[in-house]
Order: sequence, then structure tokens, then C-alpha cells
Amino acid sequence: MKNVLLISICKEPLHEYEFVKPIEDILERGEISCKNIHYQNFREEDLSSADAIIIAGTSLKDYKFIEDIKMFKWIKNTKIPILGICGGMQIIGLIYDGKLKSGTEIGYFNESFTENFLGLTGDQEVYHLHNNHLDKNSLENFKFYTKGTITQAIKHNNKEIYGTLFHPEVRNKKLILEFVK
Amino acid sequence: MNLAIMYSGGKDSNLATLFAKNLGYEISCLISIISKNPDSFMFHTPSISKVESQAKAMQVPLILKETKGEKEIELNDLKEAIKIAIKKYNIKGIVTGTVESVYQSSRIQKICNELDIECFNPLWQKNQLSILKDLIKYKFESCIVGVAAFPLDKKFLGRKIDNDFIKEMEDLQMNYKINIAGEGGEYESFVLNCPLFKKRLEIKKFVDFFDGENSCRREIELK
Repeated sequence: MKNVLLISICKEPLHEYEFVKPIEDILERGEISCKNIHYQNFREEDLSSADAIIIAGTSLKDYKFIEDIKMFKWIKNTKIPILGICGGMQIIGLIYDGKLKSGTEIGYFNESFTENFLGLTGDQEVYHLHNNHLDKNSLENFKFYTKGTITQAIKHNNKEIYGTLFHPEVRNKKLILEFVK
Repeated sequence: MNLAIMYSGGKDSNLATLFAKNLGYEISCLISIISKNPDSFMFHTPSISKVESQAKAMQVPLILKETKGEKEIELNDLKEAIKIAIKKYNIKGIVTGTVESVYQSSRIQKICNELDIECFNPLWQKNQLSILKDLIKYKFESCIVGVAAFPLDKKFLGRKIDNDFIKEMEDLQMNYKINIAGEGGEYESFVLNCPLFKKRLEIKKFVDFFDGENSCRREIELK
């Protein structure tokens, strides 16, 4: 059985019901074992039993993880596949010297995938909840998978590191299982 | 952190409130929107005038705001109510009982974003069966006050949400694709007692209203 390390970046514990628990439920339904920790409690030892890492998103008004970005330096050193969702994707970009831009998107949007991204192809309805996104021009070594000016899905050119600006736990649940698989 | 609850008096807003309270958040006030439009996509309407009794039972202040219930315009009324909560109770966030509705959640998220406060949706994407099981686990006493989907009918009005109800809803889900938690508006509930209440509410009398065989509601009067 696969073991997933599910990392919460929520400043407020009440937000974990909204941003972490739904991912935990998807993994549980897929019979995938999951260990849930908060990034502030992360230790290198937590990686030892993980086959995959998911960094969940957080609320529109939560920017604490950006202040604490140094606590995510380990991302560059691990070989374990990582999926960053929304804030988690922003963390991946920042760790690889990307920059954030302001831009709010809330609700369902149609996004057009240029090629297969963890099972998503063509036009897809996705759920957005963000005030920031990664500046495409600031990101090197990443491939972009969607059309449009705001990059919605990325993968590192040489590593199994993925990011989605949208929340797949709402409308594209299979993406999470596809990533773990 | 001081929070206001988007409160309808039903099972979801009460369960969401309990989750917030159990984590140590301060429930500073409830906000209820009284919609004159019974078909509002935003606000649950049956028995909503009874939320005053629920707020008293909870010993939490209530902000009541009327709206004509016109699509999108009703959001301005909600925003005004939230502004009152910010000014009067210094709230830093709103809690909703939204489970699946992106229509509701995205609109409330936008309002909170504009007002620079947090928006909490602790039941978001929660498995519907586990919502009903949580009501049993936390000893909620809730009854059905409205139905609006085949094969639900007047026999369901007043039914307690207990293990028998859950079993019956599971059967109906299998046979008729009914959402067992009523998320699609199949039924509406009213909470008479739960761990948030300092005293249990009791129904004194009721009147049933019918729009059709599978669409009816119960207006209750509390003791």
C-alpha cells in the first residue's frame, strides 16, 4: 500500500476541515494510507516512510506559509514525488525562485490543458480559490500545462514535482489518485 | 478569533458551529437571512423565523436581515449583515455549513474576501453519510421541516434524524438517487437540541403547507 505524507499549510486549524480533510477522504476511499502533519511540525524523518507528498492549499486570507517559506527548503532535496495544491503550488514555485503575482479567481472556471496532466486533458472545469498565482516568467525548469496567462498546472522538468493552482479535491478528484499511482 | 455563523437553524449550520466551537473559536454572533423568496438558491427558508429561539438557547446574539431574495441582489443584504457583525462584534471570520454548493460558497468567499475576513466551511466536500452520522454522534435532535423531492412526502415532515431515518435515506439514495444529506434541497431540517444549546427547544404546535405531493413544509411554533 502507498503511503502519502499530507502536509497542511493552514494557519487556522478550522480550515483543515476544508482544505486537508477532503484530500484525506479521497485517499482513504482509494485505499491509500495517509499521514497528516502541519508544516510547522515537519521533520526530515517524516519523509522516510512516504511514497508521495501532497501539500494542501489554504484560505484566501492565509499568507503565513509565505512568511515561513524557508521551512520548505527540504522540497529541493527530496526525490519523493510532490503535488502542491494552490498554496502548495505557490510554495513549490517560491522554493524554485519563482515570484508571486496578485490575481483573484473564485469558483468554477474552464481551463484548457495543452497535454495530459495527471489524467486531465482538453477543456476541464476546475475549482479556483486564490488571490495569488505564480508569475510564469519567473519560473525556470518547469513545464506549463494550461493555456492562458495564469498558469494552472506545472511539472518540474527533471523531477516528479507537480503543482495545481486549482483545487482538484473539489472537481477533479481522480487527479489526486492518479498522482499517487 | 471571533466568528459569526451563517445560520439557518438546520443541521449543517449547527454542525459547522459545533466544529468551530470544539476547536476553541469564539462564536460571537449568528447571522440569519430571512428571504421572502422560498426558492432562493442562497438561503434556506423553512422555519427560519425560529432561529431567534435557537440563538437564545445558544446564548449567542443574532443578526437578522430581511431580503427580497432576488438573485445576486440578495448578496448585498448578506454583505450588509456581515458588516454589522464586523462592527458590532469585531468578527474576523464567517463560518458556513456549505457542503457541496459552489454557487453558495463562492459567493460568500467573494464577500469575505472583499471585507478582508476569513471564510470557514468546515463541512466542505464532507461525505454526506458522515454528516448524518456526526449528528447522531454529537446527540443532535433535529427534525424535518420541509421536503421537495420525489419520493419524499408529508410523512417525512416532523421525522427525527436518527438511525432509522439514515437507513431509510440510504435506501432512497440507492433507488431514487436522493442526496441523503438533503444537499440538493431534497429536505430541510431544524435543530431542536445539540451540544451548543443550553436548553432543549420543544414544538408547541405546527401547520403544514403543501405545494404538491412531494413538496411541502412545516411551520413550527416553539414553546
